[in-house]
Amino acid sequence: MSANRFDTLVLHAGAAPDPTTGARATPIYQTTSFSFRDTDHAASLFNMERSGHVYSRISNPTVAVFEERVAALEGGVGAIGTASGQAALHLAIATLMGAGSHVVASSALYGGSHNLLHYTLRRFGIETTFVPPNDHDAWRAAVRPNTRLLFGETLGNPGLDVLDIESVADIAHANHVPLLVDSTFTTPYLLRPFDHGADFVYHSATKFLGGHGTTIGGVLVDGGTFDFTTTDLFPEFTQPYDGFHGMVFAEESTVAPFLLRARREGLRDFGACLHPQAAWQLLQGIETLPLRMDRHVANTRKVIEFLLAHPAVEGVAYPELESHRDYALAKRLLPRGAGAVFSFDLRGDVAAARRFIEALSLFSHLANVGDARSLVIHPASTTHFRMDAAALAAAGIGPGRIRLSIGLEDPDDLIDDLKRGLKASQKTEGSRP
Amino acid sequence: MMLDVNGTPAYAYTGGNAFDPSRPTAVFIHGAQHDHSVWALQSRYFAHHGLSVLAVDLPGHGRSAGPALRSIGALADWIVALLDAADVREAMLIGHSMGSLIALDTAARFPSRVTKLALLATAFPMTVSDTLLDAARDREADAIEMVNEWSHSSIAAKPSCPSPGFWLHGANQRLMERVAERGEAQLFHTDFSACNAYRDGVERAAALQCPVQVVAGRRDAMTPPRAAHALIGAMKQAGVTVDTIMLDAGHALMSEQPDATLAALFSFATRSA
Repeated sequence: MSANRFDTLVLHAGAAPDPTTGARATPIYQTTSFSFRDTDHAASLFNMERSGHVYSRISNPTVAVFEERVAALEGGVGAIGTASGQAALHLAIATLMGAGSHVVASSALYGGSHNLLHYTLRRFGIETTFVPPNDHDAWRAAVRPNTRLLFGETLGNPGLDVLDIESVADIAHANHVPLLVDSTFTTPYLLRPFDHGADFVYHSATKFLGGHGTTIGGVLVDGGTFDFTTTDLFPEFTQPYDGFHGMVFAEESTVAPFLLRARREGLRDFGACLHPQAAWQLLQGIETLPLRMDRHVANTRKVIEFLLAHPAVEGVAYPELESHRDYALAKRLLPRGAGAVFSFDLRGDVAAARRFIEALSLFSHLANVGDARSLVIHPASTTHFRMDAAALAAAGIGPGRIRLSIGLEDPDDLIDDLKRGLKASQKTEGSRP
Repeated sequence: MMLDVNGTPAYAYTGGNAFDPSRPTAVFIHGAQHDHSVWALQSRYFAHHGLSVLAVDLPGHGRSAGPALRSIGALADWIVALLDAADVREAMLIGHSMGSLIALDTAARFPSRVTKLALLATAFPMTVSDTLLDAARDREADAIEMVNEWSHSSIAAKPSCPSPGFWLHGANQRLMERVAERGEAQLFHTDFSACNAYRDGVERAAALQCPVQVVAGRRDAMTPPRAAHALIGAMKQAGVTVDTIMLDAGHALMSEQPDATLAALFSFATRSA
């Protein structure tokens, strides 16, 4: 049977009518545990002699549908649902390395990822060097003998730097390490990083995959492309693991030892699993992913066209604009669109930005992206508040920088709302309303 | 573990337990462009339930050094040499697709070395179309994609394999790509040519002396159940005991129906003669 095309896979991959009840929609298996048929069945499940479910921290039938569906959409070999996108990032890193290891990461990252790498993991002996995402020489120069991973975002925060996945993957592979990509902003509908050489992909499924701002969740996908047996850098996969009966993961699975260890060790020990109800909610979102992403992108293009023509706007950073430094790369990697999150610079200072946000009524002021509703935030005072003025300037974040996540509303209503905000932003203190 | 077979390194997965030649041994033989990992669950279960396991990587596949062998007969000779290298006097042979022909040929020509024979997704003749042979020779990526599509009967096989959360189409595609990367040029074409050129199936089936189990996938588009009729008929005519099991699966029996495949194989393996 054909593996089908994307718009079919979003509805069917990983899910068949329930064998017990015939339920057509994926049921929520709201259970912590699964009964064993007998003692041998129990032992063989524990020892990976059989596939099946034991305990919902390790796997769950509803979560498995979500995992298999995202893996199908990404073109991977399998996936693991996690409690959040941050949990997926942590699971990837903790599976690949331990204390004394090193990561080379793009400097254009989500603030939470930056925190994890720069502050928290350092406390556990894992260091990170940050490099400008499209400075290939910087990526190469940052690699050390103890480097175990290169990591970037498909569209980097906050300027939407487009990651040159193929080039960075080549650098990673020349150094015998994998490339991990955060694909949250693009989803597999807009970009499939495995097609360009990435080895692992993760999402904050909270965003566009779920798409409705209701559910926190993440997913880590294994492309099955990285061959751990060609290097001695990863004994975690090629040597017996005392924590699982001496299992050599690379012998158990030729293409997915990473995924096996991430589940058998990472979910087991760190426990940041995805709740089955959350998996079900995320599946509802995925079913309409192509429809929503097309609308997100179309609305974004209309809003950007409006902003570019407005005198209160100094500039818009969106890779589909010729003014963006990654315009050519975006044209190649993102033919369906460069997503629905972007930033623009308002003429004026921090106070102007505040007036703008407070005058909006349709746009919701909150710290999220990828909702069906349109969202707005002022990075300098929220997501990037830990950065001082110099660091903000170095990251290209001005005082009037506004980030929008464009939703599925009528674009003319969004534009009307923005008009109100922009008008308010340009009023001076004491002027009449 | 690594073995020296005719002076060439050969890999066999032993199911997570140290290999013990004094125990009853089961040899698992993969199909074209595959390796030992297609048997991950079944072989691991066998190894933890009283049997010793050799899930081989055929020459030039996975971790076994090449060159790849070019005929089913040569591969059968290699299986016997592997048994010698592992100090195994006799074993049960379990083969999938191309591996089923290798197992059949071995069992017929070396009856004293084979106790039982399990043939999964077997066919005779195992004809490979010119279109697919040409693709395997000239456009391996296309051949892999075609075979991967034809190997699966579902996009929602449960509970998946080797664990929940695996996307079987993706995993099988990547495995065939990995075998291609590690192996010699046109390996897929070499394997398919060996299947296509094999002429001795019925003759070998009639010469069998051990019990046989045939496991077929009801929705197998590569080796449909009817394609095994000639072999089964020859075996029965020769007085061979044949146990036929039909599973609700495509060609990828071991991953689409891992438990049912295991149940069939293990009950056959442990059944008294």
